[in-house]
Amino acid sequence: MIDFDSASVQLGHGSGGRLSHQLISELFIRVFSDGHPDPLDDAARLTTRANRLVFSTDSFVVDPVFFPGGNIGDLAINGTVNDLLTSGGTPLAISAAFILEEGFPFRDLKTIVETMKKAADVASVRIVTGDTKVVERGKADKIFITTTGVAEVDHDYAIDCSQIRPGDAIIVTGTVADHGMAILASREGLSLEATIASDTASLGRVVHRLLAAAGDSVHAMRDPTRGGVAAALNELAESSSVGIELIEAAIPIRPPVAGACEILGIDPLLVANEGKMLVAVAPDVTEAALAAIKADPLGSEAAVIGHAHASHPGRLTIRTPLGAGRILDMPLSDPLPRIC
Amino acid sequence: MRYLDDFRDPEISRQLIEAIRQTVTRPWVIMEICGGQTHSIVRNGLDQILPSEIELVHGPGCPVCVTPLAYIDAAIDIATRPGVLFTSYGDMLRVPGSRGSLLTARSEGADIRMVYSPLEALELARENPDKAVVFFSVGFETTAPNGAMAAIQAEREQLDNFSLLVSHVLVPPAIKALLGAPSNRVQGYLLAGHVCAITGWSDYRRIADDFGIPMVVTGFEPVDLLRGILSCVSQLEKGEAHVTNEYARAVREQGNLIARTTVQQVFEVVDRHWRGIGMIANSGLRLRRPYHRFDALRQFDIDVTPVTESGVCISGEILQGLKKPFQCLAFGAQCTPQTPLGATMVSSEGACAAYYAYSQRLNDRKLS
Repeated sequence: MIDFDSASVQLGHGSGGRLSHQLISELFIRVFSDGHPDPLDDAARLTTRANRLVFSTDSFVVDPVFFPGGNIGDLAINGTVNDLLTSGGTPLAISAAFILEEGFPFRDLKTIVETMKKAADVASVRIVTGDTKVVERGKADKIFITTTGVAEVDHDYAIDCSQIRPGDAIIVTGTVADHGMAILASREGLSLEATIASDTASLGRVVHRLLAAAGDSVHAMRDPTRGGVAAALNELAESSSVGIELIEAAIPIRPPVAGACEILGIDPLLVANEGKMLVAVAPDVTEAALAAIKADPLGSEAAVIGHAHASHPGRLTIRTPLGAGRILDMPLSDPLPRIC
Repeated sequence: MRYLDDFRDPEISRQLIEAIRQTVTRPWVIMEICGGQTHSIVRNGLDQILPSEIELVHGPGCPVCVTPLAYIDAAIDIATRPGVLFTSYGDMLRVPGSRGSLLTARSEGADIRMVYSPLEALELARENPDKAVVFFSVGFETTAPNGAMAAIQAEREQLDNFSLLVSHVLVPPAIKALLGAPSNRVQGYLLAGHVCAITGWSDYRRIADDFGIPMVVTGFEPVDLLRGILSCVSQLEKGEAHVTNEYARAVREQGNLIARTTVQQVFEVVDRHWRGIGMIANSGLRLRRPYHRFDALRQFDIDVTPVTESGVCISGEILQGLKKPFQCLAFGAQCTPQTPLGATMVSSEGACAAYYAYSQRLNDRKLS
């Protein structure tokens, strides 16, 4: 029996031998399997009636592994689920591959695995197959997780990043920059008066409410993770060959997050989100779409933050509160705080 | 945040712009000295909504921009030596030296950490007695007290594995140098609010008198900046040349006495080379003799001789307010934040970087 209170991962737990078997059966299968058959097969069998599937993968290497609002396990499930949801699909199954650093405490691993299960249950998705490798101390940073997911698409709407049309409204489903600033604040040990928590969440309910209300008037969805709203909307503007203009004053942001961005000299629109969706909808359904999103607790702070237009295709611009306009470019890389 | 929101209020801003419009009768050239102000002006689009008579030119107040190439090279040289743990403010990391940046040195294995304060570097020195911990102490009068405090603390604790690579610069000598240049066009100054919060503004009285030029201590939010501009324009229109304070919530006439004394105790004034501008007399700081043991240049035996810069780049003229980024042939083409050729593109506070990020006005890139 693995001692989950005080033992830690050894190289042998990734060797394919008895220790591996022990880790898989005492942790992964016990937590993930839900009593489904053939959990030890290398490949999971899925059945679907849908004639369209979407498929996505993402790797998670966050430091710190535990942060206010969640841990790497939440991100690993919610991140891939949200990627699948951008097509309007219904997530079906997820695989999880772990790279563990020798010496990683089993107690932490167990917490992470249980968190993944909880997040998967919330998203109504099963974790059906996986893999574990252990590398020597210093060859990885504690724990890396790769999740891959598949979703069924049971509608005929054309929802993808190339479908935005001039006139479309751009909606964000809630406040921006929470996740990135939570990570930065905890990594740098910033002592702020209010704790900033990550927004990590899967958005299946929000997306399905939206589709029920707006149907094929939903043209594109994108979860603004790394690179933030600015990177995501630049990509959408380019893929759809439209210009997008944001209204700075309309973008929702929590005061402590705005404050932390001020202190560090970081633009919140370049900061990662892990539980938000950017949505482009036809102008005539804007109000209905917004109301449907706001009806869900995870979308209660949703707002229309801009619109697409025909001039300057591929360009993202922002209208400042004073009425001036400026370009919001794709961020170069991670934002670095300014000196003064 | 409510507090700051008041200084971003669009309605108050509009009233101030209207007041400026009522006041101005002819063209004026005003320089904001500080890169943080340049950033805010361009980010908020103030340059687009001010009356056309007012031309804002962007000054050399970007510490990252004006840090000489030779110091960046020295930083990389030190950081890549065995047993060194090098620490720096975030935006110095990306600044390219002659060969790569601190970030590229880090990717090649150097132990380089971003810190928010030299106190974090001191903490690293305590935790890592077997490492030589170096802090890259750059910036204007605003960050000099932090560097000074770190040296004092290191002395107190006898932290012999700690040192400072000092490249601090001072604002008043730079303003004097700009105003004294035959090519000077600037008729009024917005003084850097946070520098004045440390130094106070009495030093500037002399400059305002000598050059007959109004100088206004100004903050960083749209309302602050517009108040500064209004005060400056009012003086210009009346032919006055005083130092006034439009950032009273942060700045007192005498500045911060404790910070000033600390800086005086640790640093002495020297001539300093500014990237893009050249040598300016009495414009830099270096460690005084009692603190020489904490001088990284001495500890690592490094000579900082000026290095030649790109010939295409016009950052010198931009830093002196003679030209705008759009007037550079390389702007947005060979020279971008990813591949900066010169001082003003390297930091997000630099005028070129601010223009690149915020105001490549659509189809306006070719503007000359």
